[in-house]
Amino acid sequence: MSDYNFAYLDEQTKRMIRRAILKGLAVPGYQVPFASREMPMPYGWGTGGVQVSAAVLVPEDVMKVIDQGADDTTNAVSIRKFFEKTAGVATTEHTRDADVIQTRHRIPEEPLREDQILVYQVPIPEPLRFLEPRETETRKMHALEEYGLMHVKLYEDISRHGAISTAYAYPVKVEGRYVMDPSPIPKFDNPKLEMAAVQLFGAGREQRIYALPPYTQVVSLDFEDFPFEASKADHACDLCGCNTSYLDEVIMDDAGGRMFVCSDTDFCRERRAAGHVGAQGAPYEEDAA
Amino acid sequence: MTPLFQVKSLGKYYGSRIGCEDVSFDLYPGEVMGIVGESGSGKSTLLNCLAGHLEPDTGEVLFDTRVGGLRDTVTMSEPERRMLGRTDWAFVYQHARDGLRMGVSAGGNVGERLMAVGARHYGDIRAQAIDWLGRVEIAEDRVDDRPSAFSGGMQQRLQIARNLVTGPRLVFMDEPTGGLDVSVQARLLDLLRGLVREMGLSAIIVTHDLAVVRLLADRLMVMKDGHVVETGLTDQVLDDPQHGYTQLLVSSVLQV
Amino acid sequence: MTAQLNNLSRVKGAGMIELSDVSKRFVLHNQGEAVIPVVEGALLHVAAGECVALVGASGAGKSTLMRMIYGNYLANAGRIIVGGVDVAQAEPREILALRREILGYVSQFLRVVPRVPTLDVVAEPLLLVGAEPEAARDRARVLLDRLNIPERLWTLSPTTFSGGEQQRVNIARGFAHAFPAMLLDEPTASLDAANREVVLSLIEEAKARGAAIVGIFHDEAARDRVCDREVDVTSFTPGLT
Repeated sequence: MSDYNFAYLDEQTKRMIRRAILKGLAVPGYQVPFASREMPMPYGWGTGGVQVSAAVLVPEDVMKVIDQGADDTTNAVSIRKFFEKTAGVATTEHTRDADVIQTRHRIPEEPLREDQILVYQVPIPEPLRFLEPRETETRKMHALEEYGLMHVKLYEDISRHGAISTAYAYPVKVEGRYVMDPSPIPKFDNPKLEMAAVQLFGAGREQRIYALPPYTQVVSLDFEDFPFEASKADHACDLCGCNTSYLDEVIMDDAGGRMFVCSDTDFCRERRAAGHVGAQGAPYEEDAA
Repeated sequence: MTPLFQVKSLGKYYGSRIGCEDVSFDLYPGEVMGIVGESGSGKSTLLNCLAGHLEPDTGEVLFDTRVGGLRDTVTMSEPERRMLGRTDWAFVYQHARDGLRMGVSAGGNVGERLMAVGARHYGDIRAQAIDWLGRVEIAEDRVDDRPSAFSGGMQQRLQIARNLVTGPRLVFMDEPTGGLDVSVQARLLDLLRGLVREMGLSAIIVTHDLAVVRLLADRLMVMKDGHVVETGLTDQVLDDPQHGYTQLLVSSVLQV
Repeated sequence: MTAQLNNLSRVKGAGMIELSDVSKRFVLHNQGEAVIPVVEGALLHVAAGECVALVGASGAGKSTLMRMIYGNYLANAGRIIVGGVDVAQAEPREILALRREILGYVSQFLRVVPRVPTLDVVAEPLLLVGAEPEAARDRARVLLDRLNIPERLWTLSPTTFSGGEQQRVNIARGFAHAFPAMLLDEPTASLDAANREVVLSLIEEAKARGAAIVGIFHDEAARDRVCDREVDVTSFTPGLT
């Protein structure tokens, strides 16, 4: 154990954040303002998610951190280390073994359970922000359910590109009431927002927390004649051969060589461990990663 | 016939200064009323109070709502008032950029009010937007252009289309032809006249341009220092003004 | 006298235009509050099918009286009943309805919105009373044709026409709808013999269908032909008589 208070934040701050979380859970999709603290990392690196995680962690928890699905990127590694150091909690890369999963821009491929919590890092919590810059006005629009503007954005997409081209941070309506930004997850993940686990969203710079209780109804906005589609690259994973997972495109050389791989590294490794091999994959060896 | 819009002893004060005071009138379906007066006469304050943009300090602003009959829009809840603002009421601003979303295409601008009241079929929304662009003489191939690429007159016509697409019953206009060339003005006035007649709109038009009200308004209200000094049939007020201020206003118009 | 007139109208039941004790003065607030009385105690009774000429020297108040009947000038006193509506007291919308349905006015000058084609200018009064657009345009074509406006001009705005052509368009517009009451201000002025003849027959046709007409005619021959009687407005001019 270190000299830090458990999970870095002082107890009063954690209580304040928990109150915001409870309010968020009580009013799904509603953005609850909270007194976001300075964290020992820059804004944009997950300060909101870290504060929410800190407020929900208990010493017995096992934690997992992913960045765009991967456990091994800088952001994921440094946040994992942060909690190892300040909370002394156990960490894991296995989705199945984690109690709290902090994520940036992805939902794990493996379905989550009721005893798990998924914490999202959110850059801009206000889905109406790019169309209506005034906070006073957007608050009023939420309060009065004036969401026509949200469809204007989708209309513009179709008129310009022939289809709804919004591919991430695709707006959703929660329980038929609040329009919510699901954070910049790919729209492929939108259907998974209706899940068993508790989902918490933290925006540090914007000082907002919002939440989805388990099994909350979450509907992606669309038009009758241009229905929502959860799209992904039309390819199979080159490492594990999975053709239902969300893929990252990796450029291999300067000659146009590229490969598609699962963005969820834990999911991909488990499949390879189970013997699945993709087009460019080698047979799985323990410790190969 | 019952009035569509009834204003009773409306007053708005900025501290001890009078914005407008003791304004009362009835507006009937299909009637177009002009409010004229020089800058600072209180006509814009009055219009903003009528349209719910400003909260009046005294008086009532009654509107014959579709379901509830005559309702005081000053005391009704904000959601109800805002709902009126996107359905039965429309507001045409002097500066198109106040009434348009400059970063959204012409079609999106017209479609917004439809989507705001629940339209969710892209094809229908677009077809209606194109139909309305046609009615305000904007070519179909401009539907995906942003208003920033439009001339001043086109922007103003787009604003009118955006406002009228949901079939409002009462339109507020604040100097709708201000700042436009004379030839562009004439075209806009002709268009407005036609739309008012076809749709049976009631309208309240604030302007300082007497030629505009002569063409558009059935009746006239002349304001000075926040007070109504004269009302009546438009041509009667302009041709036989009774109040000294109106006489001055009419005689000050340059003849061409 | 007034009581008598009212009784008379009730007996005849056809007083389309009735003026009693009508007065008008202009107050010029910005010119030392100058008060200019122009009409005092005016009386007029026009029955359906009757044409009355207003006569009197220039400046005696003929035009003022006509404008008051139309509601364009405000009467200071008296009653101006047209088709059952007291123009001196009516609300703007009542006067507008009257002008739309009952009371027509052919002024000396055409006043129209730029850009509107001649055919539509003439058909407009019919559209305002709810006529079918095609029927209205048919009627407009007949009138323009009778008034010798060449067909090639029908699709153009009359704003660019010559004075005589504009006057004829104005007359066509004025006679498009069969108004039960009409005001005519110098309808034959600046017309050639042929067109003058057309206008006079239009007036005769209007009378025949029962229109009550008040007119100002400087053209004495025309006046003698279509008018049943003359009213000298000099008798209502303050400071005269």
